[in-house]
Amino acid sequence: MTDTAPVIHDRSAFDALAEAVPMLRVAEREARVWRRFWRTSALTSVLMPLLFLGAMGVGLGGLVDDNRSSVEGVDYLVFVAPGILAATAMQAAAGESLWPVMAGMKWIGTFHAAAATPVSPPDVFGGRLLWIAARHAMTASAFVVVAALLGAIPSPWGVLAVPAAVLTGQAFAAPLSAYAGGQDSDIPFPLIMRVGIVPMFLFSGTFFPVDQLPDWLEPVAWVSPLWHGVELCRGATTGSLGVASAAGHTAFLVGIVAGGCWWGARTFTARLAP
Amino acid sequence: MSTAVAMLGPRRALRVVEHNARAYLRMWPVFVSGFLEPAFYLFSIGIGVGELVGDLPGPGGSPISYKLFVAPAMLATSAMNGAVFDTTFNFFFHFKYAKTYDGMLATPLSVRDVARGELTWAMLRCGLYATAFLVTMWALDLTPSGWSVLALPAALLIGFGFGGVGMGLTTYMRSFVDFEYVTLAIVPLFLFSATFFPLSQYPAALEWVVRISPLYQGVALERALILGDMGPELLLHTAYLGAVGWFGLRVAGRRLGSLLQP
Repeated sequence: MTDTAPVIHDRSAFDALAEAVPMLRVAEREARVWRRFWRTSALTSVLMPLLFLGAMGVGLGGLVDDNRSSVEGVDYLVFVAPGILAATAMQAAAGESLWPVMAGMKWIGTFHAAAATPVSPPDVFGGRLLWIAARHAMTASAFVVVAALLGAIPSPWGVLAVPAAVLTGQAFAAPLSAYAGGQDSDIPFPLIMRVGIVPMFLFSGTFFPVDQLPDWLEPVAWVSPLWHGVELCRGATTGSLGVASAAGHTAFLVGIVAGGCWWGARTFTARLAP
Repeated sequence: MSTAVAMLGPRRALRVVEHNARAYLRMWPVFVSGFLEPAFYLFSIGIGVGELVGDLPGPGGSPISYKLFVAPAMLATSAMNGAVFDTTFNFFFHFKYAKTYDGMLATPLSVRDVARGELTWAMLRCGLYATAFLVTMWALDLTPSGWSVLALPAALLIGFGFGGVGMGLTTYMRSFVDFEYVTLAIVPLFLFSATFFPLSQYPAALEWVVRISPLYQGVALERALILGDMGPELLLHTAYLGAVGWFGLRVAGRRLGSLLQP
């Protein structure tokens, strides 16, 4: 053969790994795109939760602490910090799963390009989830460090709030990506945000304990995945969650992620398989 | 003469309003749900967190409930959101991708008609949201003063101020990535304009920064009207918002002229 393939780069450990797990290639692609605008993106995703922590935890918290000594046994800042952590993971996951999936499937078509390679449709789905998890791990870590410096994280178990926030994000990213993968129009997306995500953000024990909700609404909060995420994060930052409840909340969220992955593999295959 | 002309009159800028109204008729749930977010915030922070906060000192030192403190701020916020969304994201999309304005300028409409029409539409939209929110407040017994009636025109003024600025700034946007900066501006305004806690909670040096925020001007105006705390400083808030909106509209009109008719 006169024409030999040029050696692009040496085989790295990543290449070897990506050969076994092709979805890593999809995550790599997302990371390479992200490198082009990471400054604005990182600024927004790190700054937004911190602004909420400053306003709600410090500003509003001052009023709460003047009025009563504690909420569920802790300062309001300590109470609200894990709520904001979990809730912003949810919001970010929703934003990254709805419109970008529509773009990959329909507007730009990058998913079709990926599926034309040895990467399978479920790999496209899984690779994106993997990338979302990696980004959430970064932003959650930054939040936990700043919150700890502000005195919002009394327990060393607080480091576990990072995986708890990532899991919360995945519990939204998996089903929402799966759903978006099967849609043909983005018209329902703002409705999902306004009727689903925003009320969950505000009523899942994020800013005030769910037992303050009207009695008929309290059971609704229990099925909100965000409530489980908030309880996990809060249990970690305050170090007050028992093993049994931690396992229960984790199992609920893992169940949703698993269901979302099953659904996503179906919708992505239906749309992308040749 | 069509019904729309009969209802809106023959002015050209109103054709732009009619265009938007007809476009939104096809996705009315998106339009209607814009009202929900401030209402959810009122229920969550105002009423839920309000139970933790208790009473705050109101006008003249008499205590007011926390939800009564937050409600006018959410009214101002909903006016801001309604106006900003239409004059930034939607305006940019129409301008850059859908080429709606190129189409409009091929008719007898002028660039200034387009700018005025879009701003009128944005104000109309925020007027509808403000009305719905005021009715909610009234139903929850959160409108103690008769001056509350003026809260609606005040909301339109907030819409004019933010709509004008939003449209002016949008003419400088290069791509949707730049809209991260809109979010980066709106969220701090929303959180730190004496919306959820009074000026006295801020360090003295920051108090003046907060006072400069256009949303603070709107919140102070709405709060005074809802509580019936009338005073000469309301004229200052009004003048500030009016001036900001007028300036933005001027910038938008001039820039659009050079962008659309090179």
